[in-house]
Amino acid sequence: MTTGEARTDWETVIGLEVHCELRTQTKLFCACRNSFGEEPNTNICPVCLGLPGSLPVLNRTAVEYAMRIGTALHCRIQASQFHRKNYFYPDMPKDYQISQYDVPINADGWLDLPSGQRVGIVRAHLEEDTGKTTHMGGGGRIHDAAHSLVDYNRSGVPLVEIVSAPDMRSAEEARAYVDELRAILVATGASDGKMEEGSLRVDANVSVRRRGETAFGTRCEIKNMNSLRSLGRAIDYEAARQIALIEAGGAVTQETRHWDENAGRTGSMRSKEEAYDYRYFPEPDLVPVDPSPEWIAAVAAELPRLPAERRAALAAASGLPGDSEAVATVVRLGLDDLVEAAAASTATASVAVRRVANEVASDPEAAARLDRVAFARLVAMEAGGELTSAQARTVLKAIMDEGGDPAAVAAQLGFEAMDSGDLDRVVDEVIAGSPDEWARFCAGEEKLQGLFIGAIKKATEGKADLKAASTLLRARRGG
Amino acid sequence: MSAPTTARGIAAEVRSGARRAVDVVEEHLVRIEAHEGDVHAFNLVLADAARAQAAAIDEAVAAGRPPGPLAGVPVALKDNLCTRGIPTTCSSRILEGWKPPYDATVVQRLAAAGAVFVGKTNLDEFAMGSSTENSAFGPTANPHDLSRVPGGSSGGSAAAVAAGFAPLALGSDTGGSIRQPAALCGVVGAKPTYGLVSRYGLVAFASSLDQIGPFALDVADAALLLDVLAGPDRRDSTCLAETAPSASARLGEGVDGLRIGVVRELADAEGLSAEVRGRLTEAADALSAAGAKVAEVSIPAAVYGLSAYYLIAPAEASSNLARYDGVRYGLRAGRAAGTGDDPADVSAMYTQTRSAGFGAEVKRRIMLGTYALSAGYYDAYYGKAQQVRTLMVRDFEAAYRDFDVLLAPTAPGTAFELGAKTADPLTMYLNDVCTIPSNLVGHPAMSVPFGGGSDGLPLGVQVLAPALGEAVMFQVAAALEACAPPVPVSPMRGGSR
Ligand SMILES: [Zn+2]
Repeated sequence: MTTGEARTDWETVIGLEVHCELRTQTKLFCACRNSFGEEPNTNICPVCLGLPGSLPVLNRTAVEYAMRIGTALHCRIQASQFHRKNYFYPDMPKDYQISQYDVPINADGWLDLPSGQRVGIVRAHLEEDTGKTTHMGGGGRIHDAAHSLVDYNRSGVPLVEIVSAPDMRSAEEARAYVDELRAILVATGASDGKMEEGSLRVDANVSVRRRGETAFGTRCEIKNMNSLRSLGRAIDYEAARQIALIEAGGAVTQETRHWDENAGRTGSMRSKEEAYDYRYFPEPDLVPVDPSPEWIAAVAAELPRLPAERRAALAAASGLPGDSEAVATVVRLGLDDLVEAAAASTATASVAVRRVANEVASDPEAAARLDRVAFARLVAMEAGGELTSAQARTVLKAIMDEGGDPAAVAAQLGFEAMDSGDLDRVVDEVIAGSPDEWARFCAGEEKLQGLFIGAIKKATEGKADLKAASTLLRARRGG
Repeated sequence: MSAPTTARGIAAEVRSGARRAVDVVEEHLVRIEAHEGDVHAFNLVLADAARAQAAAIDEAVAAGRPPGPLAGVPVALKDNLCTRGIPTTCSSRILEGWKPPYDATVVQRLAAAGAVFVGKTNLDEFAMGSSTENSAFGPTANPHDLSRVPGGSSGGSAAAVAAGFAPLALGSDTGGSIRQPAALCGVVGAKPTYGLVSRYGLVAFASSLDQIGPFALDVADAALLLDVLAGPDRRDSTCLAETAPSASARLGEGVDGLRIGVVRELADAEGLSAEVRGRLTEAADALSAAGAKVAEVSIPAAVYGLSAYYLIAPAEASSNLARYDGVRYGLRAGRAAGTGDDPADVSAMYTQTRSAGFGAEVKRRIMLGTYALSAGYYDAYYGKAQQVRTLMVRDFEAAYRDFDVLLAPTAPGTAFELGAKTADPLTMYLNDVCTIPSNLVGHPAMSVPFGGGSDGLPLGVQVLAPALGEAVMFQVAAALEACAPPVPVSPMRGGSR
């Protein structure tokens, strides 16, 4: 079986379920801290341990964060109710999970990918997280473990589960969706969106159908992808598996499958017949959540600008395309303010986007320290031709590392902008030094321009404005 | 006995310094020592802790600090109420060895009010039953006749008050578990409005029905205890935010001009003895003679109460009792627990633990409830039962447009023989036919002793009131108490049979 191969006669249909941990101070139903990485079973209380007689009390901030997410995803925010989802598992202290069922707090929204494609959001509901089980011995799975250790620190951490419509058609779209969703979650302040630390967990519902068919195929739910990369690999593998199965005359069985990152394949966890009957019923220990219109309006009013809007703003300011990698990077890293501080004109804005996306982005800690005014001055110097882009990068690196005024740093580094007379002279020298190549360039061998530019850069020790140099070369040639 | 036996009397004397709390508790411990072997009201007697609490109350009095409205009053706690560091068993093997790390809200409130805890009382396992025979630790006997049941599930608490082990006790009432044993033991028992008393720390049976309430020797004591228990609690989301009027507010005002309805469907319920019907008629006549306007009223949906209850309560129980899985606390089946071989895997651990830890009635209800919630059956069972609940609320609200309170029997008869109904669960379930409707609609109801039967055992009459109608309910209950025929007193409290 081959994976990742584009099959033009088949279509993959993908819907994603994303679990996102909320960054509230405390857990969903008790006053324990919502924190990560503490000693096992130290951050627990009768409520999140589900001790007999304990009762849940809903965290209002968690509701508000869920509403922020719903607002950002254009959902209808509605009166909702908690249900109990009943099943036995050692890391679930009550042997039921308090979740939402038929009436989630957020329903029927959408999310636009940077490409412009719209993905439907079916629901985004609140629920509690479980503890964590570590299986010792055997294959690390519950059924062959010698014994298991359970840490309940995570038990009761608030989650929002965001369920998309089956609107994605490739692994790439699925990754773009998660990437954009993560950016939105971070922008709302509701989550830190760290997939690797498990604060963002993605399950994929994958089915295939022959192109042109309108009915959906039988789907499998894939679990245990812990990075965007493994999400993409798992979807490609699973689609190829299903296609091969059908083409060999078989049929896909509805089941839950486990992604094995090392083996690069999915394996069956449980079939539909083995699926749990969760016996949902309304949680009698909690009253319905009914956010007032005033509360909903206040959440919407206080919602920060979202990535799509911010990308559009940067694109408009800089003249760069809205779906360009540089613009997307600036927004993803939340460095819009740095660009905005330096964006006096279209020219400065586009320089600022490039510098932020290329240099600043590579060092997030320094980015946080970087003086906004100094950065703006640097951008102005580059845009005004006082520094070449190579010099500007060097100065930027210096002020990111050690601070300082960019003009002073440039002077210290000996970066005096060359005047145009000096550049004229160097261009002439370089042409004179390679007469054969010059003749071929004049005859139309365009790729030789690189050779001359390289020589000019070398002769000026990188001080030359290469854009100006290229203009001069073409002028000498006569166009 | 010359010293007052009511909670009011004891608290007044302790507050004034006329009597020491340590002496009060000692008198009660002596009575427990003498008769507990026969009655088995307690799973645990807290003699030393009670003496220490009493001493602290006496110190407070001596130091001039206010000792609280229940100063020095012995109180028995049903053993499904969490007590910090003290075993809380629900009369089940499955909670073997478990000591809660926290106190129930009601336990905190009682302690703050100066109460002295004499022990944890026996119950039907997880409050599932009507006779206290479903206890893993053996049944409780009725203090009036040791061959009879005390009712249930709060049989230990009812018996403790009837036997004079404590003037007050706490019970929990999911379908009649306070009122029915109160009637069978000849004491007062009240189930408050759902949400009036915090459930935090009450080990759940059926969360939407459970309420904690008082047992007492008389109506005024029950009102006093309820006033200490009631009030908002941030730890219970279903606890009402508003503070209801005091249950004691209208005691002694009589019933002149009050409109009292006798619920036809409950007065004619299946299995009621002629004596019970007779006493209900007597009670209605007595209230009428005292100035109330008494008439018959119909609650048509009440006839579906038992069926709806036996879907909703087991459904919630099946979920509430899932957590007893051997993973974190209580029993874990295996060689160390003396329940056979060590389980081979986690699924075997669940099965073996729950098989060994739960009694037959609990298992029966878990299975009933699991079935009622299963995919494909939910609408026909749980969903339908919830609709009955809505209908019943509507019927009661209609009745309360014409009546201030309603009257009904509490239990179908006097206390029955131990073992008489254990073979047939359905007959046992019929015990609660008159009490269940109030749990389904969340309204308050209480049982008041009203004479005895031909067997010399006590009988009770039930007063029902609209939501947060505790003041008028206790007002009528006090009037009923005042006009009741002589109520049998247990031999342990000086009565004779
Ligand atoms: Zn907690």
